[in-house]
Amino acid sequence: MEAAMGLMRRMPPRHSETALSALLSLLPHNSSDLLSQVDLPLQVLSDDDSGKRFILCEYNRDADSYRSPWSNKYHPRLEDAPYPSSKLRQLEIEANDIFTVYCDQYYEGGISSVYMWEDDNEGFVACFLVKKDGSKTGQGRRGYLEEGTWDAIHVIEVGPEEETTRYCLTSTVMLSLTTDDVSSGTFSLSGSIRRQMNMNLPVADGHLCNMGKMIEEMEGKLRNSLDQVYFGKTREMVCTLRPPSEVLPMRLPDS
Amino acid sequence: MAEEEETELSDDQKKGIAKWFLVNAPAGEIQYVSKDLKLVLNDDVYNEAASEAFPVYNKSHLISLKMPGGFGDVLVTSYGELQDNEYLDPKTAQVAIVDHVKQACTKVRPATDEELPSAYVEEYRCALEAEILKYVAEAYPKGSCSVYCTNGKDVEEPGSDFDLVVVIAAARLSPQNFCNGSWRTIWNIEFKDDIQKLELNGKLLVGAHYFEEGNVQLDTKHECRDSTIFQSPDDTAISVANLIRRHETAYMASLEESYFKLSDNTFKELRRKLPITRTLFPWRNTRQFSLKREISEELGIGK
Repeated sequence: MEAAMGLMRRMPPRHSETALSALLSLLPHNSSDLLSQVDLPLQVLSDDDSGKRFILCEYNRDADSYRSPWSNKYHPRLEDAPYPSSKLRQLEIEANDIFTVYCDQYYEGGISSVYMWEDDNEGFVACFLVKKDGSKTGQGRRGYLEEGTWDAIHVIEVGPEEETTRYCLTSTVMLSLTTDDVSSGTFSLSGSIRRQMNMNLPVADGHLCNMGKMIEEMEGKLRNSLDQVYFGKTREMVCTLRPPSEVLPMRLPDS
Repeated sequence: MAEEEETELSDDQKKGIAKWFLVNAPAGEIQYVSKDLKLVLNDDVYNEAASEAFPVYNKSHLISLKMPGGFGDVLVTSYGELQDNEYLDPKTAQVAIVDHVKQACTKVRPATDEELPSAYVEEYRCALEAEILKYVAEAYPKGSCSVYCTNGKDVEEPGSDFDLVVVIAAARLSPQNFCNGSWRTIWNIEFKDDIQKLELNGKLLVGAHYFEEGNVQLDTKHECRDSTIFQSPDDTAISVANLIRRHETAYMASLEESYFKLSDNTFKELRRKLPITRTLFPWRNTRQFSLKREISEELGIGK
């Protein structure tokens, strides 16, 4: 398992699906571990009842069907499938509505879905998902990207309801972007990072408000560290390999 | 989609998968990938996969190996490949015997006359090599280069065409800082005798991998062409080296430009730093109006 995770850490992130399916076929006995530890770009399905699209993940899956957060129905239809309690479903509906607005504001498009389910220790778990295609043929507003995807997965475990409730957030962002033009060729960055954040927050503010703020803060941090740290490190590397030309002319007078 | 049938793969299929992992390893990381693969495969399958994948990887990454006997480094490239494990180092006229899986040069032998270009071609090759060596020493802190004759090496005098290939490779491996990278450029130069022109075709490839608590990779590719006139060996060498320098410097500038635009333009296509409203999302107020429609009105983003 450790070796498998080591391999996933080295393979180009844009090939993560191929890498995972290769590992699944090499290590069939570890398939459930692999599937739970490796995040893959999200898939989308259309909800016939609402006409909206929703995101697929392990948390809305039962057998080969997926529950839509819009109609609360499984696609394809499924008998005896699990549903959240009606109280939790109410919160889920609210969360989906609000998260759609949140996504409009940050992503200027994209698809979002929120799923909730009861867990064993009197709390619940919520999963917030975003998928954005930022390419110029997708929902890129400015047409800069030949190819561009952003997938965010936020899983929040919410502890039993008390005056202050414990929220444990695990977030993963996977992205890839490629620009292509005649003068500079293709320039492509891809990557994935995962981080955790735990907070104790007053339940009086409401679960949605608490979870939403944590997700917003986390997404901001992840975006910033991808931009500044991760992309920055690859840029530093390029400049180490071939220092930018401004440095060169200064040497000429000496020689 | 998850728990599929557990049909055992054939050894051939496993080998194919192992080769895929090895060949896709980032610059300088194939040994780490191979260590992990050994743990999940049996020795026979692994060894066979390694013996097929390492040569492909080594040649495509243009790895540089130290030759015994103080001959300096040799680049492992398909342009210098004589036989399976033999690579010509045109600079020293030595042939390096390479152990691909160990990524080491085990022996050297002097190249035979048949393996080297004619005196006429060698004059052009050697002059160009001298200029490229100067340029590489200046532009790349840790660069290696080689100039090969890939076509028409037996041309003895003016009147026929021949091709030279310039290979420049620079790698920086810093696994303790979770960062590896490589710069590779390959210039194919056709010496066209009939039209007294040289045609240059360049392929520039840059990769970088940063993997501290994550996995982020840069991958770039650019191709360009240019041409110049056929002159004496020395003059040709200077003008070709100048063209290469100019294109590579421009390419480096375009990479800087791509990075510069990243934060505020390109990345914004995926996710904005701040919402359209330029203030954090009003989570606290969403409870009052749970319906999306009402929030939309409140924020003035009509549908």
